Amino acid sequence: MNPVAFIYLAVVLFSIGSAAVLLRRNAIVAFMGVELMLNAANLAFVGFSRIQGTVDGQVLAFFVMIVAAAEVVVGLAIVVAIFRARESISIDDPSELKG
Amino acid sequence: MFWVVATITVVPSFALLLARKAVHVAVSVVLVMIGLAVAYIMLAAPFLGMVQIVVYTGAVMMLFVFVLMLIGVSGKEDLTETLKGQRWIGVLVAAGIGFFLTGVISRVTLSVAEPTEGNPTEIAGALFGHMVVIVETLGFVLIVAAVGALVLTHQPRLVPKHTQRQIAEARVLVGADPVNKPMPGVYARHNALDVPALDPKGEPIDDSISRVLEVRHQTLDEAPYRADIEEGQPEE
Repeated sequence: MNPVAFIYLAVVLFSIGSAAVLLRRNAIVAFMGVELMLNAANLAFVGFSRIQGTVDGQVLAFFVMIVAAAEVVVGLAIVVAIFRARESISIDDPSELKG
Repeated sequence: MFWVVATITVVPSFALLLARKAVHVAVSVVLVMIGLAVAYIMLAAPFLGMVQIVVYTGAVMMLFVFVLMLIGVSGKEDLTETLKGQRWIGVLVAAGIGFFLTGVISRVTLSVAEPTEGNPTEIAGALFGHMVVIVETLGFVLIVAAVGALVLTHQPRLVPKHTQRQIAEARVLVGADPVNKPMPGVYARHNALDVPALDPKGEPIDDSISRVLEVRHQTLDEAPYRADIEEGQPEE
């Protein structure tokens, strides 16, 4: 199978993930959209790694996974903390900082 | 095979936009992650495919499900638009990103190299060879993230913890009964959390029933059970 097709697949997944981030109000669902975008980027990395015939892309995708794991841990902790303070996980709710 | 992978990644990912319940979204994203793992293995990266399954479907998505469990699954999503026309702008921007990237990729010609082994040994050589400093930094990032999660979700104790002795002494001080309350129920004749216990004289002990049931008016009168017992007793 031509690896370039996987790059297009990554583009489609990235668009869907970004649409989820832009449209959904539930913080956790928006967060999963971010995860999908990260994974699409990973797929592109691995696809290009296959196209180039080197292993560097895979190593970078591995790094992205590690950072994504750390990000999920901290992000979900923030979601839990906000939920405890406000009983809500809507993204629009904590808008008191605006002028 | 590519089309199978494309189907099991793209179709469930639409749940991110359409599904109402966050749990359904989480399960669909698990499917997407499994599809991506298959894609990695097809792209001669079996190590990353395994890591994808372990880290994403095993750890990250289960963490999402745990948090959903923690903060309530029922959380309703408010669908009013705070910004006017945000929905269409969002769809437009996402589609724009998609078309832009597709355009960029379709313009370049990529000469595909011969398939390499892509085995874990090669990755290990790169990771612990010239990228070892990055690996150690990322280990540090993970530790900081773990500590950060603990700090963010930690709730400081507002009042000092009471020992059992202090609780007992406080009970005596207000003149309450220092011993435990009797259990509810009449001689196991009835599944009787809702029937008061009887004291040796045969009088009901109102304290033995949970106050919650009393407030809800879910208690039963003890009289029929008592009569039942007394009837069953042999004549003296």
